[in-house]
Amino acid sequence: MADANEANEGVRRRDFIHVAALSTAGVGAAASALPLVSQMAPSADVLAESTTDVDVSAIEAGQSIKTVFRKQPLFVKRLTPEEIAEANEVDVADLRDQESLTDRLGEGNEDILVTMGVCTHLGCVPLGAAEGENKGEYGGYFCPCHGSHYDTAGRIRKGPAPTNLVVPDFAFTSESVIRVG
Amino acid sequence: MSFAWAKPYEPQTGFTKWIDEKLPLPRLVYNAVGAGYPVPRNLNYMWNFGVLAGFCLMIQIVTGVILAMHYAANTEVAFATTEHIMRNVNSGWLMRYAHANGASFFFIVIYLHIFRGLFYSSYKAPREMIWLLGVVIFLLMMATAFMGYVLPWGQMSFWGAKVITGLFGAIPLVGESLQVWLVGGFAPDNAALNRFFSLHFLLPFVIAGVVILHIWALHIPGSSNPTGIEVKQESDTVPFHPYYTAKDGFGLGIFLLAFTFMVFFLPNMLGHPDNYIEANPLSTPALIVPEWYFLPFYAILRAFTDDLTIPFTGIVLIQAKLLGVIAMFGSILLWFFLPWLDKSPVRSGHYRPMFKKFFWFGFIPCMIALFIAGGAPAEQPYVLLSQIATAYYFLHFLVILPIVSQIEVPKPLPYSITESVLGSDDAAPGKTASSGAKGADDIGSLQPAE
Amino acid sequence: MSIRLGAIIAGLGIVGILFFWSLLPGAINYAPPEKPDYYAFKEKPIAPEGGFSFEGPFGKWDNAQLQRGYQVYKEVCAACHGLKFVAFRNLSELGYSEAEVQAEAANWTVPGIDPNTGETTTRPGKPTDQFPSPFANDVAAAAANNNAIPPDLSLMTKARKDGTNYLYSLLSGYGEPDPEIAATVPEFETPAGLYFNKYFSNVNIAMAPPIVIDGQVTYADGTEATVNQMSADVAAFLTWTAEPTLVKRKQTGWPVLGFLLFATILAYLSKKQIWAGLKPKKK
Repeated sequence: MADANEANEGVRRRDFIHVAALSTAGVGAAASALPLVSQMAPSADVLAESTTDVDVSAIEAGQSIKTVFRKQPLFVKRLTPEEIAEANEVDVADLRDQESLTDRLGEGNEDILVTMGVCTHLGCVPLGAAEGENKGEYGGYFCPCHGSHYDTAGRIRKGPAPTNLVVPDFAFTSESVIRVG
Repeated sequence: MSFAWAKPYEPQTGFTKWIDEKLPLPRLVYNAVGAGYPVPRNLNYMWNFGVLAGFCLMIQIVTGVILAMHYAANTEVAFATTEHIMRNVNSGWLMRYAHANGASFFFIVIYLHIFRGLFYSSYKAPREMIWLLGVVIFLLMMATAFMGYVLPWGQMSFWGAKVITGLFGAIPLVGESLQVWLVGGFAPDNAALNRFFSLHFLLPFVIAGVVILHIWALHIPGSSNPTGIEVKQESDTVPFHPYYTAKDGFGLGIFLLAFTFMVFFLPNMLGHPDNYIEANPLSTPALIVPEWYFLPFYAILRAFTDDLTIPFTGIVLIQAKLLGVIAMFGSILLWFFLPWLDKSPVRSGHYRPMFKKFFWFGFIPCMIALFIAGGAPAEQPYVLLSQIATAYYFLHFLVILPIVSQIEVPKPLPYSITESVLGSDDAAPGKTASSGAKGADDIGSLQPAE
Repeated sequence: MSIRLGAIIAGLGIVGILFFWSLLPGAINYAPPEKPDYYAFKEKPIAPEGGFSFEGPFGKWDNAQLQRGYQVYKEVCAACHGLKFVAFRNLSELGYSEAEVQAEAANWTVPGIDPNTGETTTRPGKPTDQFPSPFANDVAAAAANNNAIPPDLSLMTKARKDGTNYLYSLLSGYGEPDPEIAATVPEFETPAGLYFNKYFSNVNIAMAPPIVIDGQVTYADGTEATVNQMSADVAAFLTWTAEPTLVKRKQTGWPVLGFLLFATILAYLSKKQIWAGLKPKKK
């Protein structure tokens, strides 16, 4: 009996060594896959390109400028009183993505609307920022790819886009300059 | 596999049966590196380097594909993107150091693999094709490594490219046009860098293809072994898995310890400081040396310092430059003829007393001398050293090996692999007194433990 | 047989060519190599007293020293040498806060484009900018420096053998040639416009001594700014610029090696176990 037990012990210990060796190799392989995967994530220089300064003093009411923020188009627009009024008339509760104009402009900002120039549907650049472009049925932006209409506050009103044009974090660093990001 | 006792692949589950009918890939693997491949039981650790070389190729391809995701092959930015990889890309420094040191370790492993083949005469019939394909792999590796070294576009990259492509200029008549065609200009520049990148990316996959042929050819006669005698019976072999998978696993561990030590603690030791200076076509580094693994061949190239002239007439037959180029390429190409130069019927160096002396006291010191001379400046006494070593190199392969194989009296060979391992073999006819009577229970103990 | 006969003839032919046309004349005319006379002065780089904190397998950066080195670079080296592979944002790795990095970047002037006219101009640096090069291009650099282009320093310590110590030795090693050695090589002289430095490759360097007197830089942390101290500090800083991942690399290396050692021991035991059944009894 004792012999049989010993033999069993031996078998178990032998198996254990093989299992341990193989699983260690597996852990090693998995661990070495980590850097192979993470190298595709944004590199340090890309992550550092995170803020953009925009001089808004030269933008007249009703005009927009297109600039670049994190390699994507950014719309900066000075709203006219009519556009502000139009945006404020809308009942927020009726909207697909419920935000008021003040929510989107931020504290202490009367009329500078800062939005990404990226349609929230599939990422096309909406029209309406440049002079003479189609501003859509609601007088804001219009995405020609799949017909999303944004109002003067950049909120989605009609079409397939799920949310309003994204407003990035921004702050006034002086009277005339905003820092986005 | 050719041995009758090779274990056949038997799919156990319905799924593996289904796969086996449609695409017998598991069967192929089982018969190639699994329990279905009987391998001589007496392989020593020198036989680990084949598998390790395959592993090195894999490291190089994986890290190389990743580096190519961040690198740009343009002389304006090549150096900068290389630094971008080192500084900004996540784990980029690790990828690059692993790739650069991986090349060195690939060559260390390959040289040991080749030296093993030379000592045990693995090139002899019936394994000539394995050897020939191996030489092709080595040539492809040299081309790949050379072009890879150009990519960072540092000083050594540029001047290495210039010197090596300049070799082709030595060829009579077409040389200069060939050189201009090779680099796509009058000196290495954007065109050269781009084509080197393209080919550097392509060739490893060609190597992988030839490696498959190399392994295929290996499985026709089966692995050689340290005694050099052929497998006769089942007791001479063990299945590749688990015996040699386990042994290779351990070998891989040792290899990785050495490799990661270099990558993490001495990553630039095998490199050259000048390659951290951006390429400058107007300024040559004080000492242009290739990467260490090319040094012996570089030494042969530089050993020829005088034109070949008809004595006392001054008529030049062959220029020194061309002589060097011919000798350098010849030094590797002659390996293609090795199976027919060394006709000794005995394979293993262990049983060839004369060959063994020339191998250890002639060939190995000659290679070391070539390594030293190749890395030294072109001044005395290194030029002399490289000339003596070059002369011996060609003597060894072209003169000594053929003659030794004719006149040598080899030591008696054991009857079988089993006998060489166990000291006796029941199957041996007329068992010698020393090996009598002990055999029986040894054969019994050949079965795997479980 | 024919292949072998051909080989023997070819082999003897190659050896004959080597022997009669190079080896024999070479051996007969052998003369000991002649070194240029500056070899007499050349010295191997030395390490500063106490070495550097980042050396050795467990080395770590000394942030205070790196910051001092940065100050030396900024106040002394930057007049002629660029640091083009380093961005201001990288300074945060030396222990500067985000605000300090912003302020530091703004102290530098980098090339820019006037947003209204599109003409090239300059602007204060941002953290994402690389360090600017002091000269617009190599031609300008050569013209302003007596034809010797001051090299970019980002990678300098990796671009020289034993780079950190070399840089330290070079910066603190200006002086006059040893008169005793100079007596043995009477032909040797330092040409006008060059400076004697026994650590430089040909001992005559075009760079005027950059660090000349103690106290040339006033360290913010109150460290006494001796010539040796400043040289060591800037050598340390430039080691960091050459390889910011150096310490991280070593620190990653240890667990990797430890894990592999463990795995290799297991692999050995497993291999031993598998082969145990096969081993013949020793007789």
